[in-house]
Amino acid sequence: MHYPSTNRPARKLHRFHGGLHLPDNKAQSNGRPVEPAALPKQLTIPLQQHIGEVAHPLVSVGDRVLKGQMIARAQGYISAPVHASSSGTVIEIGEQPVPHPSGLSSPCIVIETDGLDEWVELPEPVVHFAQLDPSELRERIRNAGIVGMGGAAFPTSVKVTPGPETWIKTLVLNGAECEPFITCDDMLMREQADRVLAGVAILQHLLEPEQTLIGIEDNKPEAIAAMNAALETGGLSNTEVVPIPTLYPSGGEKQLIRILTGKEVPSHGIPAQIGIVCHNVGTAAAIADAVLENKPLISRYVTIAGEGIKEPRNLEVLIGTPASSLIGQAGGYTDAASKLILGGPMMGFTLHTDNVPITKAANCLLAASEAESPNPGPASPCIRCGQCAAACPARLLPQQMYWYAKAKDLEKAQEYNLFDCIECGCCSHVCPSHIPLVQYFRFAKMESWAREQEKRKSEHARKRHEARVARLERLEAERKARLSKKKAGLKKKTAAKKAGGEAKDPKKAAIEAAMKRAAEKKAKLAEEGVAPKNVEELTEAQQKQIDQADKRRAEAAEDTKQATQEPEDA
Amino acid sequence: MFIAIIALSLLALGFGLLLGYSSIRFHVEGDPIVDKIDALLPQTQCGQCGHPGCRPYAESIAAGEDEINRCPPGGEATMIALADLLGKDPVPMDDEASVEKPKATAVIDEKECIGCTLCIQACPVDAILGAAKQMHTVIMDECTGCELCLPPCPVECISMVPVKVDTGNWKWPYPDGAETNEVTEATAG
Ligand code: SF4
Ligand code: SF4
Ligand code: SF4
Ligand code: SF4
Repeated sequence: MHYPSTNRPARKLHRFHGGLHLPDNKAQSNGRPVEPAALPKQLTIPLQQHIGEVAHPLVSVGDRVLKGQMIARAQGYISAPVHASSSGTVIEIGEQPVPHPSGLSSPCIVIETDGLDEWVELPEPVVHFAQLDPSELRERIRNAGIVGMGGAAFPTSVKVTPGPETWIKTLVLNGAECEPFITCDDMLMREQADRVLAGVAILQHLLEPEQTLIGIEDNKPEAIAAMNAALETGGLSNTEVVPIPTLYPSGGEKQLIRILTGKEVPSHGIPAQIGIVCHNVGTAAAIADAVLENKPLISRYVTIAGEGIKEPRNLEVLIGTPASSLIGQAGGYTDAASKLILGGPMMGFTLHTDNVPITKAANCLLAASEAESPNPGPASPCIRCGQCAAACPARLLPQQMYWYAKAKDLEKAQEYNLFDCIECGCCSHVCPSHIPLVQYFRFAKMESWAREQEKRKSEHARKRHEARVARLERLEAERKARLSKKKAGLKKKTAAKKAGGEAKDPKKAAIEAAMKRAAEKKAKLAEEGVAPKNVEELTEAQQKQIDQADKRRAEAAEDTKQATQEPEDA
Repeated sequence: MFIAIIALSLLALGFGLLLGYSSIRFHVEGDPIVDKIDALLPQTQCGQCGHPGCRPYAESIAAGEDEINRCPPGGEATMIALADLLGKDPVPMDDEASVEKPKATAVIDEKECIGCTLCIQACPVDAILGAAKQMHTVIMDECTGCELCLPPCPVECISMVPVKVDTGNWKWPYPDGAETNEVTEATAG
């Protein structure tokens, strides 16, 4: 293969294990230019659109907010702020349905838009970003609320800050877009290649890689051409657009790295460990906006596709726009619509309602027909055919992991590298027994996490329990010490008496004193220490008694305190 | 999704190391097998196993005096973990331990509380804050849900409230396996 526009010998590509050739269904939605979606009446902006800590609101109900204004700040290092996508009034801060596989609600800021789309005052655009300090660039990326836009939603500011020990040799731009139906990155690269490359230039300035590889599946010839054309005029050094064979899931981070560099990201590891960092092309475009124009991430390209949609297309969507309004702008549902998926048919999840907002990582709304996303039908037992293992791009043994996940033996499942599973769905797709393998793996991962957390909690509880036991023992010891001090005091007194002439056997005196103490202790215990055992179903009268007893107890405690203190002081 | 998984596995690794470290750092001398069993128990100290706390139950298991299926808060997961540790076969949960309750924490109705401190004396993990004659409060994060504070309260103002499920702690459910004609004792492998 030779791509004349790069004037370079063809790069040797590598192959990852397994994978699937799927009908790509991309022609449905990539035929028309991307248009801005209509401004909705209400924007529902979730406070958590990223991995990490929930953002903390900076506005209150009733506030007027401007487009681009930060309305919630990041909390902690792994977190991202959120911004108002248009101007209007905050009408609610509270739980709203969000796009999440659980179908649960989570905290959102709801803005009633005023139609003015009035921008907050932005600082002057930056022309020469290279003159800015890298830390300032990172700060801009963080303040712009940028997260991985390929679906991961990991805060980008963290990924552009490799540790001092990490040397990034290769910057990989992910334009593979391997999942069927989704074309938003395709359209972005076709229409805004310059913007993507401006982001790449900033990433290069931050990470100083030796080479930059932009991986694009070869079913997107227009995007490849547009990126190459932009590259020729863009003046980026050591940067190459690399067409890669179309094979699901080539857009998986580890798979793309393997294809482009032949390197394997270690099990349980991250690419930075082998000197590679991977960013989505959409993220690069958002970085360009943030650094050059000081604009936060408030919109993105979204694909609306599937046989269940009348006019499949891509729209440029303000974050917080309801999915239902986008479907309306794509002509509405057809009769074929059987389920609505956020993301693609392989890795996406079913939405319970279309009344959820678009978030920063939402790349596709797929109203799939029954044929496009068939229900697998009832599962039958595993016949150990091994097809799942042959298809697994992470070189795992899905049938083994399934066996243990099903038995809820999570430790064993983890021994088979459960956590290296990228949930691509290849195994389930090929399984002749229709076993929902990925569902088992998702379950097993979540459950492992929960147990890990529970383990930490119980470790904590054990420490608190031990601390309590130790404290009670200490108190007991202190009490004993006080008593023996008192005893010493008594002894002194007896000794004094003895000196006064009346000779008394000291042993006898000690025994008497001990008996007296024991009696005191017993009385005291009876009065305050013993917990009532039969306190259920109390009548009012009984309750009164308890109250009175309590009062007496308190008074008695006061008295004994004074009594015990006096001799000690003396 | 891809990067999410990597990020999560990285975090998992981090926690793993942390746990490993803390087990070295906070190692206490004692019978190692009892420690290992105790480490798998949920530390609620609830006594539902019939022993006065988690450690006594661990001691009893170690001595071979009691079964591994008696801990209701730990449920099946703890039973399987114990079976793995001890090289035993998993056994069905004990009758009383077979129903898994949703996680809950204690909440004191602060209007009703008379400040008698009886619950404080009962709580094995010092999760209740208060002083004599003063309103008491449960520190949610510390409460293990053992229910030991319920019986002593003379005014019955403590109730157990299930932990709210949100997008942060929601878990993918166990698939409704239709492939049920399979052997379930799969752990034998
Ligand atoms: S593809 Fe399905 S039937 Fe075949 S080994 Fe894997 S899980 Fe078993
Ligand atoms: S979902 Fe996991 S186990 Fe199945 S093929 Fe993909 S990576 Fe392999
Ligand atoms: S507050 Fe009650 S339920 Fe919670 S740990 Fe203490 S005694 Fe147990
Ligand atoms: S036992 Fe009940 S009344 Fe007494 S302090 Fe605790 S909550 Fe309050």
